[in-house]
Amino acid sequence: MSLQNSTVSPRSESLLATNQLIRNTYLMLSLTLIFSAAMAGVSMWMNLPPMISLISMFGSMALIWFVLPRTARSGAGLVTVFAITGLMGLGLGPTINYYLHLEGGDQIVMTALGGTGAIFLALSAYALFSRRDFSFMGGFLMVGMIVVLLAMLGNLFFDLPALSMALSGAVILLMSGFILYDTSRMVNAGEDNYLMMTVSLYLSIFNIFVSLLNILGASRD
Amino acid sequence: MDWLKIFSALFIVAMLIFLWPRAGQMIRESRKGTIDEWLWVGLLLLGVAAFVAFLMHSMHSTVV
Repeated sequence: MSLQNSTVSPRSESLLATNQLIRNTYLMLSLTLIFSAAMAGVSMWMNLPPMISLISMFGSMALIWFVLPRTARSGAGLVTVFAITGLMGLGLGPTINYYLHLEGGDQIVMTALGGTGAIFLALSAYALFSRRDFSFMGGFLMVGMIVVLLAMLGNLFFDLPALSMALSGAVILLMSGFILYDTSRMVNAGEDNYLMMTVSLYLSIFNIFVSLLNILGASRD
Repeated sequence: MDWLKIFSALFIVAMLIFLWPRAGQMIRESRKGTIDEWLWVGLLLLGVAAFVAFLMHSMHSTVV
């Protein structure tokens, strides 16, 4: 057997690494979504108060900002990712309980769940198979995120239902953009850590689901 | 104003504080997209918006 057959060219080596990154990310994403759903189920069964949502969000954001960057390249990163997604699932319980207690609430929750899955699968599949580079969206998405957060802060004081619905729509579009951006980063070797990619995609899915719940709940009224 | 709103406001302010430097960095480091690329993104997001509008319509029509 010639040596040529047993050596791997740098190009195919990078392709192998990309494929492995994609496989690991989607496997980890599936596991964290299942774990998160289980934690949401526990939270719903225990009928935890709405304040739990905020406490879990604070906890998960602290883990994302301070712990994940330091542990992402070690075994502890795996535990951190499950802690983040578990906490977010726990915080989602009271929100789902609220919508389930509305008239036709089960339909709202199931439609939001199906809608989130459809949006994620369609956009992720598009970015994966087209192999387009969406890295130019980074700055735009961050500015959009800051504008939405400022508007959300304002709406906490003014409490306008129409603005709340418009903001949910904007969050869905922003998170859709983040799905394209993140998936393209995976495909085009912009990121090589599957734990960071998992958390990034998980946050997009989580935010789309919560915003869809808000929009569908409001449109039901 | 209740505690839930105060904590929500604190949470949003904390997010803004942490996102601000990252946003600046991403704006500086992002490459500029071509008109063609932005059109593709616009088309995809329009598809998402149409899908959400469809879900809202189907939810509304089951009530009426």
